[in-house]
Amino acid sequence: MPGPIQSIERAAAILRLLARGSGRLGVGEIAESLELAKGTAHGILRTLQGVGFVEQDRDSGKYQLGAALLHLGTSYLDVNELRSRAINWADALASRSGEAVRIGAPLEGRVLVVHHVFRPDDSLQSLDVGTLLPLHATALGKVLLAYDTTLKAAPEPYTRRTLVTQTAIKRACAKVREAGWAVENGEMISGEAGIAAPIRGHGGIVVGAIGVSGAVERICEPDGGPSPRLLSHVRDAARAVSRDLGASRW
Amino acid sequence: MVQRYVMSIDQGTTSTRCILFDARGRLVSVVQREHQQHFPRPGWVEHDATEIWRNVSRIVPQALADAGATAEQVVGLGIANQRETTVLWDRRTGNPVGRAIVWQDTRTDAMLEQLAREPGADRVRQLCGLPLATYFSAPRIRWLLERTPGLRERAERGDVLFGTIESWLIWNLTGGAEGGVHVTDVTNASRTMLMNLRTLSWDDELLDFFDVPRAMLPEIRSSTEVYGTTSRVVPGIRIAAALGDQQAALFGQTCFAPGEAKCTYGTGSFLLLNTGPTPVLSTHGMLTTVGFKIGDEPAVYALEGSIAVTGSLVQWFRDGLELIGSAPEIETLARTVEDNGGCYIVPAFSGLFAPHWHSEARGVIAGLTSYITKGHLARAVLEATGWQTREVVDAMNADSGLALTTLKVDGGMTADNLLMQCIADVLDVPVVRPMVAETVSLGAAYAAGLSVGYWPDLEGLRRNWHRAGQWLPAMDPARRDSEYAHWRQAVELTFGWMRPAPAAAAPGSDLVEVLLADHRRFEQLLRDLRNTEADRPALVAELSSLLVAHATATERIVRPADPGGTFAEDLLAVLDGNDFEKALLRLENVVDAHVRGEERGLLNELRRTTSTSDRTGLGRAFVAERRRQLDLDCGNAAHVRELGDRLKL
Repeated sequence: MPGPIQSIERAAAILRLLARGSGRLGVGEIAESLELAKGTAHGILRTLQGVGFVEQDRDSGKYQLGAALLHLGTSYLDVNELRSRAINWADALASRSGEAVRIGAPLEGRVLVVHHVFRPDDSLQSLDVGTLLPLHATALGKVLLAYDTTLKAAPEPYTRRTLVTQTAIKRACAKVREAGWAVENGEMISGEAGIAAPIRGHGGIVVGAIGVSGAVERICEPDGGPSPRLLSHVRDAARAVSRDLGASRW
Repeated sequence: MVQRYVMSIDQGTTSTRCILFDARGRLVSVVQREHQQHFPRPGWVEHDATEIWRNVSRIVPQALADAGATAEQVVGLGIANQRETTVLWDRRTGNPVGRAIVWQDTRTDAMLEQLAREPGADRVRQLCGLPLATYFSAPRIRWLLERTPGLRERAERGDVLFGTIESWLIWNLTGGAEGGVHVTDVTNASRTMLMNLRTLSWDDELLDFFDVPRAMLPEIRSSTEVYGTTSRVVPGIRIAAALGDQQAALFGQTCFAPGEAKCTYGTGSFLLLNTGPTPVLSTHGMLTTVGFKIGDEPAVYALEGSIAVTGSLVQWFRDGLELIGSAPEIETLARTVEDNGGCYIVPAFSGLFAPHWHSEARGVIAGLTSYITKGHLARAVLEATGWQTREVVDAMNADSGLALTTLKVDGGMTADNLLMQCIADVLDVPVVRPMVAETVSLGAAYAAGLSVGYWPDLEGLRRNWHRAGQWLPAMDPARRDSEYAHWRQAVELTFGWMRPAPAAAAPGSDLVEVLLADHRRFEQLLRDLRNTEADRPALVAELSSLLVAHATATERIVRPADPGGTFAEDLLAVLDGNDFEKALLRLENVVDAHVRGEERGLLNELRRTTSTSDRTGLGRAFVAERRRQLDLDCGNAAHVRELGDRLKL
């Protein structure tokens, strides 16, 4: 176990200092109060500014606590907000891919379907917003599992191909993190497949997953891997929603 | 093969967007720019037409650049625009005369009250399909001509031109002062109050009534034809279609057949129903408007019902009450409870619009008990949009004789699943959301693509339309009926809240007193009418108006268990004047029977079962409704004939 990280301790001290004072502080004042070199204080302040925890006043150049810090306790993303922000991109994904689109978010150890766009062939389909899907047997679920270690899947078998051991699920999650997408091939329903990618919010935190699903022969290549065309549509849509939600780097 | 695109410009109330669509109607690039809203005085809303034109000149090249396309790849441009907003400009310099007056602007209010009393006012609605209201363009033109020195002379010489926004943009795109084309499309022209709905041309009677010189008006053209080719901004693009924004949404939703309807859910909401090739004049407060006109084909008409407060109620819930942090959270909050807990919100923030048209009404939250939480209030907020839609749909079904079978929806609020389910439940028809949410822009693009042959026909466009989501009605019919009854009860509570000026108030506002006063007036009028020397036409006119207003107000406010006998036939005979004495005798008998019956029955029942304050509230509502009916000239023979046996005493 490594010891405490000095720069984080210093950053915390700067935040405490800014929270205590009523007004704004200059970099010199901060460095002096905490007995830091001015360059060190400046570096930490710039980093904190980058993540939105402090803000710099444009005229005086002084620092104060940032809005992101104030919203830290209430920063979970409302699922209806997620749908509202993603709806245009999800429509575009359905219309480009020709497949049904779903957006999922974690709820009580399962995937809650937050949004569903019909496959654009005007066949009879019904909205399944509000239904719960298994985490370990769907592409949407595997994306959520891969990026949230607090989630635990109950590995019930659905088909012959369902991943039923924790080791297999862990290995699959590692692959998802490496690739940036997940695929499901007949793991929940025989003959059905799906591709999903993560939706990220502020600071890159994964808040949901977006994906397409349909018959295996349309979604996957003969070798069982995802169709490259569909995969790139899914990843483009996921990136577009993430950008809209304020995840700048993804 | 070179890709070809259709371009659309959606010039809206707050922003202007330019979108390129591909052959399958999919979005290729989108560029948007907002423009400033000017509020120089309370009730005034203005835009700078030059700023809007400048924005268009920027977004059009940008949309092409984003798609990596050139003007040659654009087969045509379609324009959809905010409707009724009025621009006047100088033909020689291209400079607007002052700022554009926006559709929300109410400065012509007082002028309209005066106009309503002038001879010919009752003909306006029959000719143009619209009531005298501040939304439309003609009163604004008159206002500007009256108040700007020298402007009328310049307009009469044709030096100053009028246009709604699409006219202004087409004129500028086709060269402006150097040869710009001065045209408008039928849908936009149908919102000016100057176009005859049947002939689709400027109407002399209406021009006279509003005192607008013909020389300043654009030429009326169909919605889909090539008006000209751009010579500025990006030269060489054919301008191939124009539609008012709501009509564009109707077109984008491919509501091409009679009985098909769409509703756009935004700050307010607009429901348009295709009624086919003949205009349907509404007796339920809907507007009659041109839906679209394709080239030389006959025009297709629509009924329009507008709901003033829908999304703005959610905004109020967020900003005014601060019960939610963002608009979509209303659904999360509403889902914390199973139902509305008996609570109803009627958002009559500035009166009730279609189909009630009670400007004196103000909003209520009804059914409050200590059981109600913010979750119930959130439900009531969403349900208010559902029930308001239902009222408009009911009125449209009654007017058109068409029964709505599916409602196509678009707009920002379609992201709210609970609301969409609620609308399906209360209407008892499926609610369908299309794949492309940008139906206004898409409609303009469809019209332009059709106009230049990029898409062959309406069937081809229909094939581009795909269902993205559908909500099926799942409400128990008995529950639907009882909820609707509660809603209507809540609506009635809003009537008559703003009291009329004291001078106009009827003596006493206790419902019983009000009804008795009406009865005494009937008797007085009938007595005077027996005198052959009296001014019978004047007395008959007053009696007819008062009887119809009294009967309608009784039906709407008092809702008696036994609505009494019909009297339209007898009243028409009196109005007609043939064999007057006999006709009068029959009418006297009907009125007498009503007076005696009601004073023995209903009035005693009211005295016994309702409190004084309830009777005062009902009385105020009754007086307001009666006043409204009288203002609508409810006693004229045409109206009586139309109501027919629905009139009961």
